Amino acid sequence: MADVSSHASTSPGEAMIRLDNLEKHYPGQARPAVATLSMEIPEGEIVILVGPSGCGKTTTLKMINRIIEPSGGRIFLQGEDVTTTNADELRRRIGYVIQQVGLFPHQTVAANVGVVPKMLGWDKRRIANRVDELLELVGLEPGRYRDRYPKELSGGQNQRVGVARALGADPPVMLMDEPFGAIDPINRARLQNEFLRLQEEIKKTIVFVTHDIDEAIKMGDRIAILSEESRIAQFDTPSNILANPADDFVENFLGAGPSVKRLTLSQVGEIELNSWPTVQAGVSGEAIGEAFRRCDDDFLLVLDGQHRPKGWLARADSGRVQSTDNPLPILSPVTSQSTLFDALNIILQSYSTAAVVVGEDGAYRGTLDLERLRALIHVEQEAQLPTAAADQQDARHRS
Amino acid sequence: MSFGSYLAGNWQDLLKLTVQHLLLVLVSVAIATVIGVALGVLTYQTAAPRAFVLAVTGIFLTIPSFALFGLLIAPLGLGYTPAVFALVMYALLPIVRNTITGLREVDSAVTESARAIGMGRWRRLAQVEVPLAWPVIITGIRVATLLDVGIAAIAAYVGGPGLGHDIFDGLDRIGFPVAFNLALSGTLGVIVIAIVLDIFFMFLGRFTTPRGIRG
Ligand SMILES: Nc1ncnc2c1ncn2[C@@H]1O[C@H](COP(=O)(O)OP(=O)(O)OP(=O)(O)O)[C@@H](O)[C@H]1O
Ligand SMILES: [Mg+2]
Repeated sequence: MADVSSHASTSPGEAMIRLDNLEKHYPGQARPAVATLSMEIPEGEIVILVGPSGCGKTTTLKMINRIIEPSGGRIFLQGEDVTTTNADELRRRIGYVIQQVGLFPHQTVAANVGVVPKMLGWDKRRIANRVDELLELVGLEPGRYRDRYPKELSGGQNQRVGVARALGADPPVMLMDEPFGAIDPINRARLQNEFLRLQEEIKKTIVFVTHDIDEAIKMGDRIAILSEESRIAQFDTPSNILANPADDFVENFLGAGPSVKRLTLSQVGEIELNSWPTVQAGVSGEAIGEAFRRCDDDFLLVLDGQHRPKGWLARADSGRVQSTDNPLPILSPVTSQSTLFDALNIILQSYSTAAVVVGEDGAYRGTLDLERLRALIHVEQEAQLPTAAADQQDARHRS
Repeated sequence: MSFGSYLAGNWQDLLKLTVQHLLLVLVSVAIATVIGVALGVLTYQTAAPRAFVLAVTGIFLTIPSFALFGLLIAPLGLGYTPAVFALVMYALLPIVRNTITGLREVDSAVTESARAIGMGRWRRLAQVEVPLAWPVIITGIRVATLLDVGIAAIAAYVGGPGLGHDIFDGLDRIGFPVAFNLALSGTLGVIVIAIVLDIFFMFLGRFTTPRGIRG
């Protein structure tokens, strides 16, 4: 059997996936689950299907790999009409990740990840190499996890194995149905960040279902906001949708605080950081006092010998001698992959007024404070609304 | 004659009957496993065939064994064949029922993933569904085996092999001292076989259950 990767690739300008008047009527249901849906999914992008519960997201997604056979319409993959071709062969070209993961519990992690290559008839060595490569890619050390069973992994680890399995034979397309829906919020943010980093490497065409608009804004290159019966209310980039919601439905769905939501669009790594007054751990009380005298801030950031942030030191009443032994905890540092929204969250929880940014090695890079975020929101708003901003300026000039 | 000296004098016969009995049961259960698992696999997904198969195999189990063996004489004659035929019929229900239950209990997210990966119907069954249902299926086979160990004693009635011969001989000679020894040795043989097979299945279940789903 041929390799998945040997299939014809998309010619330029051609959508990777094209849905043409796709319909689904479940037997015995008065209303269709998907009325008529046409959309084009460009190569290499993450397209998010988002909408209220029961609007037909899952049904739409599952029609792409024909886990659910459409009642009408056509599906094109890389320009080829796959509506009635062999479903099993189609599915080997499409990775599939679901919330419940669905790993094979009786097989090891390696067997799970290697299942598609094995079906494609790869030899043992090649499968083993591919499995290790994929485990590395999703951040699981092969030597440690290869021979485990799914029940011996955490939910987040299982989900990574699920992603690795879906990438098995390097399919051009991935379908993901609320892949991080069952993961706790902290780990979800981590998995999302990791997945975005992974996508920079693998550049797959991804259709991603969620009912969480924040996740949609964060993960999507493009978002399709769906209403009942999978009707497209708006299909655009996150920033365009946030700036110009097409109608009341979209506006309602976006919910409160579009400027706060815009913070999800940028990552900490994309902006310039503030610097914050620091002291080395272990310095004398006098040195601390001196550092406080030299700045207006009420907090000093304590760094250890490896330049890693240790905690915050609050300004004490004058005269009291301080030490760096028991600083206030940082709680959780921010990395360059964190979104500005994550950073805002952390600022609000922090003892100080800033989030501490660290590099991959855990070393201190800089900080981000509320003022900085406010300034960014204003700059972006003006960029987004050139006319409104210009009007205001005019008004000011005239007065 | 005491039971002990009876055993000492007749152990070779008893051993021969025990082995016959064991083989009769194993052959019958093996055939029933093939048929029962196949029936389960073919029907577990659709309600009507599933209910039909369970009803029919359920009825088999309610036929009194003497009556069934007797009824089989006309079409199948005497000896080994009707014995195996009847024992297969009795063993079907537990095997079919557990096959259906086991397959239906497989997590739908797992079968859906298997489908989404591009596994065809039979590959999915062989590599995913049956292995996952296996602990339940083998429990069904174990129950069927124990059931058949007891019923196989009746097979002697239609000239089948096994410990039933001792038991029926004993019953024929009620009133004579040897009757008790015959019936008791036959019965003990049946019990020993049952215990041995039960232990065997416990180990078989353990070793044939994939490590990832062992409790
Ligand atoms: N197998 C089925 N048979 C009949 N109706 C179904 C079936 N699956 C889904 N539906 C119906 O189709 C509609 C769309 O369901 P779908 O699962 O696609 O929604 P969804 O957008 O994924 O919802 P959620 O966010 O809750 O997962 C719903 O009204 C649902 O009740
Ligand atoms: Mg859904």
